[in-house]
Amino acid sequence: MLAPGNAVSAENLTKRYGTLAAPITAVDDISFTIPQGGTLGLLGGNGAGKTTTISMLLGVLLPSAGRIRVLGHDMATDRFAALARMNFSSPYIALPARLTVRENLRTYGHLYGVRRLEDRILELSDQLDLHAFLDRPAGQLSAGQKTRVALAKSLVNRPDVLLLDEPTASLDPDTGDLVRTWLEQYRAESGCTLLLASHNMAEVERLCDTVLMLKQGRIVDQGAPADLVARYGRDDLEQVFLDIARNTAA
Amino acid sequence: MNRRIWAMIYRHLCLYRHSWPRMLELVYWPTLQMCIWGFTTSYLTRSDQGSGQGSLAVAGGALIAGVLLWEVTLRSQMGVAITFLEELWSRNLGHIFVSPIRPWELLAAQIAVSVMRTLFGVLPAVGLAWLLYRFDLFSIGPIVILLFINLMLMGWWVALAVVSLILRHGLGAEVLAWSVTFGLAPLSAVFYPVSVLPAWLQPVSLALPSTHVFEGMRAAMLGEIRWDHLAAAAALNALWALAAAALFAWQFRRARTSGALLNLGE
Repeated sequence: MLAPGNAVSAENLTKRYGTLAAPITAVDDISFTIPQGGTLGLLGGNGAGKTTTISMLLGVLLPSAGRIRVLGHDMATDRFAALARMNFSSPYIALPARLTVRENLRTYGHLYGVRRLEDRILELSDQLDLHAFLDRPAGQLSAGQKTRVALAKSLVNRPDVLLLDEPTASLDPDTGDLVRTWLEQYRAESGCTLLLASHNMAEVERLCDTVLMLKQGRIVDQGAPADLVARYGRDDLEQVFLDIARNTAA
Repeated sequence: MNRRIWAMIYRHLCLYRHSWPRMLELVYWPTLQMCIWGFTTSYLTRSDQGSGQGSLAVAGGALIAGVLLWEVTLRSQMGVAITFLEELWSRNLGHIFVSPIRPWELLAAQIAVSVMRTLFGVLPAVGLAWLLYRFDLFSIGPIVILLFINLMLMGWWVALAVVSLILRHGLGAEVLAWSVTFGLAPLSAVFYPVSVLPAWLQPVSLALPSTHVFEGMRAAMLGEIRWDHLAAAAALNALWALAAAALFAWQFRRARTSGALLNLGE
């Protein structure tokens, strides 16, 4: 049974691609929960199954087996009710480049049914310092500005569950730190549940309560970042990650 | 209006507001077609007056009406298909499909944008036909509205089939957005009656709603309202729309199984 009070529950989640004769298992029978207000980090090398897992949680990819519930809604049968209270950000999915930042935020605000949308846009502009380029086309922004806009888009509906795929990829350390600080503040103020996939171990250590270590689609370890570091007898999560990735764990 | 549908209409209105080449493209082809066929008709009409027959003048009117009405099908099909492609080109589809918008709402928005694009593209050509050649499309009578609606409906289900193929094959199927309806023109009896086609091809032609629309158009220009053709066009549109919707539902589910919804733009 799925535990009550969990914002996200994945049970025996599996995703296979390819043919019956030559199946490729991207995610292999994983189960996890994220309590309301918790932050879970998905860690793993390329092809570990992080993006596949996020795609299934968002309902854009159908699992081959298993069950997902988000905010009490079964994603197989009732995903739109959950999606209205979720949001997502990824540097690999763009916002329309010709539209201004304001027009993009309006579009997504309408899509998510945000009330008092103009006020919300101004609020996000204050919080993420968007005012200087609010009326510039999204395609003309720097990487750092684009990331802030993508973050604003992902927060426009004040999501109860926020999924972030490498939220600080390709950002300079200063902008990356600003984004992480802002995410910490937002989580503290809103009680939002976060799921974060990242290759940045320091980021995961800083933001996440729990970490799932994925390898070839399976959960190979999990726990609080500090517990994992202690258990592997290492100095930080990056060393733990390398141990797992290279099979050199003691 | 449903806010999710409005969101997608608003997104495309903003896109066109910022892109004059896109606006120009909407008007360019229908106007160009109108001019080419209009001048051809003027030439034929002049030759016809010399012979004292007058039959070519009637055929010329049917030619211009055919050009204008065929543009309705073409523009409404491209309106839906290109509106979908815009999301692929901007790599925005992933954001849309993780939002609470239902697939039917996305299609409804695309159809609304298609109506705007079609009116914006075709109405200037209709006006030009009157200015340059004194051809008034509405002289066919109020039935022209029903012809117009049937051709738009056909454009939409063809577009739905095209979008389904893009979902299946990605941007590799992009060219279909421009070419599919052109390919249907020879079968649609746009510029000639269906009886001109070889006997074996006529059943194929009659399976298309557009054939009945253009047969009905020519009859109306000669003063006869052919309700049988209009009814056949409407029934065939309903049938093909159901088939296209089933194809779309199948391919959409397939795209969710394969993960294409997030990767199509790449």
